[in-house]
Amino acid sequence: MSREVQLADVARARSGDKGDLANIALFAPNQALYAAFLREVTAQRVRTHFGRFITGDVERFEAANVKALNFVLHEALDGGAARSLRSDPLGKSFGSLLLRMRIALSEEEAASAPPPRSPPG
Amino acid sequence: MTTVRIGAGQGFYGDTPDGAIAVAQRGHVSYICCDALAELTMAIMQKDRLRDPGGGFARDLPAFMRALLPITCSSGIRIITNAGGMNPAGAAAAVRNVAAELGISGLRVATVTGDDVTARIDELRASGIALANMDTGADLATIRDRVVFAVVYLGAAPIVEALRQGADVVVTGRVADASLFVAPMVHELGWSWDDWDRLGAGVVLGHLMECSGQATGGNFSGDWWNIPDMDRIGYPVCEVTDDGSALLTKPSKTGGRVTVDTVSEQLLYEVLDPRRYLNPDVVADFTSVELQQAGPDSVSISGVRGARRPEQLKAIIGHLDGWLGAAMIGYSWPHAMAKARHAAMLIDRLAERAGIHPVDKVTEYIGVDSLHGGAADAGAAAIANEVILRVAGRFESEVQARAFPRLATPLALNGPPFIGGGATPQPARALLGVWPTLVPRTVVEQSIEVSVAESPG
Repeated sequence: MSREVQLADVARARSGDKGDLANIALFAPNQALYAAFLREVTAQRVRTHFGRFITGDVERFEAANVKALNFVLHEALDGGAARSLRSDPLGKSFGSLLLRMRIALSEEEAASAPPPRSPPG
Repeated sequence: MTTVRIGAGQGFYGDTPDGAIAVAQRGHVSYICCDALAELTMAIMQKDRLRDPGGGFARDLPAFMRALLPITCSSGIRIITNAGGMNPAGAAAAVRNVAAELGISGLRVATVTGDDVTARIDELRASGIALANMDTGADLATIRDRVVFAVVYLGAAPIVEALRQGADVVVTGRVADASLFVAPMVHELGWSWDDWDRLGAGVVLGHLMECSGQATGGNFSGDWWNIPDMDRIGYPVCEVTDDGSALLTKPSKTGGRVTVDTVSEQLLYEVLDPRRYLNPDVVADFTSVELQQAGPDSVSISGVRGARRPEQLKAIIGHLDGWLGAAMIGYSWPHAMAKARHAAMLIDRLAERAGIHPVDKVTEYIGVDSLHGGAADAGAAAIANEVILRVAGRFESEVQARAFPRLATPLALNGPPFIGGGATPQPARALLGVWPTLVPRTVVEQSIEVSVAESPG
């Protein structure tokens, strides 16, 4: 049995820029979900998820100490912030873009997640 | 056990001085470190310097100093800032002028130079340093005639030298962000330049503090709505122990939140390989960092490992890369997206007929897909209450970049019903390519200079 969830409901993410590279750190709320992210959120899936927004490859690094996967997106920012034509030249919205991804969790993994929260109003 | 308390004062050019003021008043710190520089900032400052030889540093530096010096001088807090940008000497003179205005005589202001290698590019190339693009391998010759500036990221050593000479304020150009914070740790705690673990710890702490409120609840992607008082967020303050471990907190009576989660998000911000975070003085292993909640708004940081510093220093060469011309038009329900799409098609035709050809172009529908592109929810387009069309092109000349958005203005009367504002042409803007490269450290270090001068009495 598995259940599909959207990363936004179980994870946090922050993104930033370095030249034409963008990085996204994806944070898991616990060890079970960190292991699930390792299995589900592969560099290849992230590459596909970003589609035409990036032209280069995606690398994935592990930071188990903070239960995070760090994705480095190459040729991701239209040549870099200072030459980009985009509304978001720094890729600050890439973190939330990644959180749109849907992944499969086991029932146990899904049950371990804290309940999703929303801002009031 | 020796400790030093260091606070963050600025996270970018344009940041508010309020965070630094709270740190100075209630942070119980001995040092405030301010990071004012980014890749784009250097280009802006270089442009300022070409217009006015006395300019080229952060224009808000005098205002920061006017707010901070009365507090820091009476409590013995030393300030370190890279707001010198492309003109550290001019910036240091401006700081001394502010001190004189405030009646503070004998303020010792240090200038660190040697990062700016704009005038040395051809000399470096002639000596066999290719300055090839470290990402793509491309030859500098492809952009040489369009270069605006070239700066090398310096480490903490010249700032430590300035502190040794008794500087109250240290003004630098392109020093690596984290190194601004590493310098007072090395100076106060007596770390040696081959103590890789301690230097690595210093870089981790500097990295956590350099973006001011981003470590203390700003941009937090969790329950951001529960972060208290983001309008007066407390900037990070670290109490660093001589073994390199530290407590990260914020001043009392400020907003924000310091938890393992808020600090973790900043730990990986703008990081590539977390096992090898490159700094001029050390290669830090960010996967070795241990974070623990030590109390309310207090996180302990320990366990950091570092490795030998890189032999080459990173430099960036900014070069002109065309002009941005952008038009924006807003449309409302019903069929907001269809109207915006139709207007985009009309603008394409108008540009074609006028012979205004962008080198490349993005078409965005703000409210629908401008931030998330093709991954955005496609259903939003059909039901959008309003959509703002933005068409942005890269042009070879400023004239074309200015002419392009004017093509869209007549659509206010001649296009789909009805323009909801925003058809005013956006000002054209120069675009800047950033060329990352490497320079042997010895070539740079021999030209670094540190000088200290006092404000007049």
